[in-house]
Amino acid sequence: MTVESRVVSPYPWAPGFYPGDRPEIVTSRFQYEDGHTLDRYLATGGYEGLRAALAESPSDVHEVVKNSTLLGRGGAGFPAGVKWGFTPQGVWPRYLVVNGDESEPGTYKDRLLMECDPHQLIEGSLIASYAAGLSQGFLYIRGEMALAHERVAQALNDAYAAGYIGKNILGTDFSIDIVLHWGAGAYVVGEETALIESLEGERGMPRLKPPFFPAAVGLYGMPTIVNNVETLSNLPFIAREGSEAYTAIGTPTSPGTRMIAVSGHVKRPGVYEIVNGSTTFRDLIFGDDFAQGIRDGNELKAFVPGGGSAPWFLPDQLDIPFEGPAAGAAGSMLGSGAVMVMDSTTDIPAAALTLVQFYAHESCGKCVPCREGGTWLYRIVERIVAGHGTDADLETIFEVGQTICPGEMPHASSERLGLDAVPFPYKMTTICFVGPSAYAPIHSALTLFPEEFEALVTKRADRRPIPVTAEVPA
Amino acid sequence: MSRLSDHNVILAKEIIARYPKQKSALIPLVHLSQEQNGYVTEDAMRHIADMIDVTPAEVYGTASFYEMFRFEPTGKYLINVCGTLSCSLMGADSLMHHAEQTLGIKAGATTDDGLITLQHAECQAACTEAPTLQVNYRHRYRVTHESFDQLVDDLRSGALDTEIPPHGTLGRNRQQIPADRAVAVQAPEDVTTGPAWIQVSPA
Repeated sequence: MTVESRVVSPYPWAPGFYPGDRPEIVTSRFQYEDGHTLDRYLATGGYEGLRAALAESPSDVHEVVKNSTLLGRGGAGFPAGVKWGFTPQGVWPRYLVVNGDESEPGTYKDRLLMECDPHQLIEGSLIASYAAGLSQGFLYIRGEMALAHERVAQALNDAYAAGYIGKNILGTDFSIDIVLHWGAGAYVVGEETALIESLEGERGMPRLKPPFFPAAVGLYGMPTIVNNVETLSNLPFIAREGSEAYTAIGTPTSPGTRMIAVSGHVKRPGVYEIVNGSTTFRDLIFGDDFAQGIRDGNELKAFVPGGGSAPWFLPDQLDIPFEGPAAGAAGSMLGSGAVMVMDSTTDIPAAALTLVQFYAHESCGKCVPCREGGTWLYRIVERIVAGHGTDADLETIFEVGQTICPGEMPHASSERLGLDAVPFPYKMTTICFVGPSAYAPIHSALTLFPEEFEALVTKRADRRPIPVTAEVPA
Repeated sequence: MSRLSDHNVILAKEIIARYPKQKSALIPLVHLSQEQNGYVTEDAMRHIADMIDVTPAEVYGTASFYEMFRFEPTGKYLINVCGTLSCSLMGADSLMHHAEQTLGIKAGATTDDGLITLQHAECQAACTEAPTLQVNYRHRYRVTHESFDQLVDDLRSGALDTEIPPHGTLGRNRQQIPADRAVAVQAPEDVTTGPAWIQVSPA
């Protein structure tokens, strides 16, 4: 199998991670096998960001984070400092919920951050809580990540014992409990309001918003900051080095670095910490420092630029930089930082089927267009791939898509098909993005590679009635 | 006997005390019961309902939403083979077929000796190391047909007993909040003022 011939990460304890000659903000301790221990953390500048933050007033720390323009890494890319500012004045208590329910197809960064550097996440959570006045934190980790649970539990125990969490942290007035919470397997819980429902002991179904976002009405109806693991992991650096050191990396609108997983048909699939904004998809897929090109000398056919929910890109879009607005104008999104690469051998309908299946399976069932639409998309695509589809099925896919995402669905431009790009975002009839996510991959596949579907389906005119040969008994 | 054991009741009380509202402990407690029994039993759900003051139906209502909770006896080892895009591109279908042939069961079933349950799973966040599978939620990377056979042999011989605890055990350690370091958890309605370190300017 080709599996054996692929390059293996230089750090066996951080599977998939490849360092490079690039700034390391969140992955600086991945080089150490014991990077998850308190000893190593303290020996490499650990908890210095917290000390620096505690020496300043909470509002000053908040100001530093605002000035750093740290963008949320969960998918929406909203500035974290601005999000914290949405908490209403004078309403207490406020809570922190750390979103470690990473499960977007292709995405693979929070798990490494929790496994290889859990103290960095804890320190980031403490800095956020200090700045925004949050009095209890909940670290919600996806249930399927057993090793991350063990590492974070150990780190929390050590940090409590050493006086970094709990009452009067480092001898100051700052006190907070951080509770490790086990998820139990549900993709939709990555959506912040569903995460809060789940943390309250309910079925993980998203809440309707607006009007109330979690920053105003969240956990137990109180103001709640929900931040992604990677977002919080950036805070120790910002608190230690200052916002200018952070904005010096990347572009003004997308500063700092991002962790990107490049998987699929590439020579060196891996997780890379890249400079935000300036790195292009061509660098990521073909760069020597990154995925090193397509395996077996094949051609690139298409790639998913931002996790399973993102509309697909073609080789035409390789020179787009890894920056939200640029990807949006080209008809897709960066999402959670996951590039999945398909080479010329890929059976496009079968590839799309795996994603449609994922989202149909993960629909929570709250919104009808997603629950019914997603399921029907799956059934239809499955029968097309099995060779039982008709050309009417292709029209039905677009019809079902219209009930989930009315109007034009974003897609990339294609020189080969003479298509112009339809920019992001789309309209949607569901509360959260699971519904549109079920439609995005099949819409992309069908729009960009129509001939592969047409080759699979039977034309209506070709269908013949089943001949009746036996006598019908009287 | 599938209510929580005395030892687990003590753990459960510690977990409940960490949350401002006790229903938040529902999912952790169902995990605890699954760790004890290998799957989630009706008695355990009734017991949990008593402990956090909700109805058994509410416990089942929440628990049944989540994939990790199993309501019927499950193998000591649950093998989840990922089938989402990146793994699929790297041969997940062939791996699943091989797994079914090797174990002599279809995905979703348990071997006759009750040792291994095989399942299709969705993305496991190890996409660059495709194709992947998890045994009791512990990853195995770049799985080949040969390494799958080796894995099954090791599970049968007990060679992986220290690394992979039986199904239901999530972590081999637990969070412990020392009483002398813990901040008193209060119900949100009992909190009227801001935290001590925040200077609230007079209105």
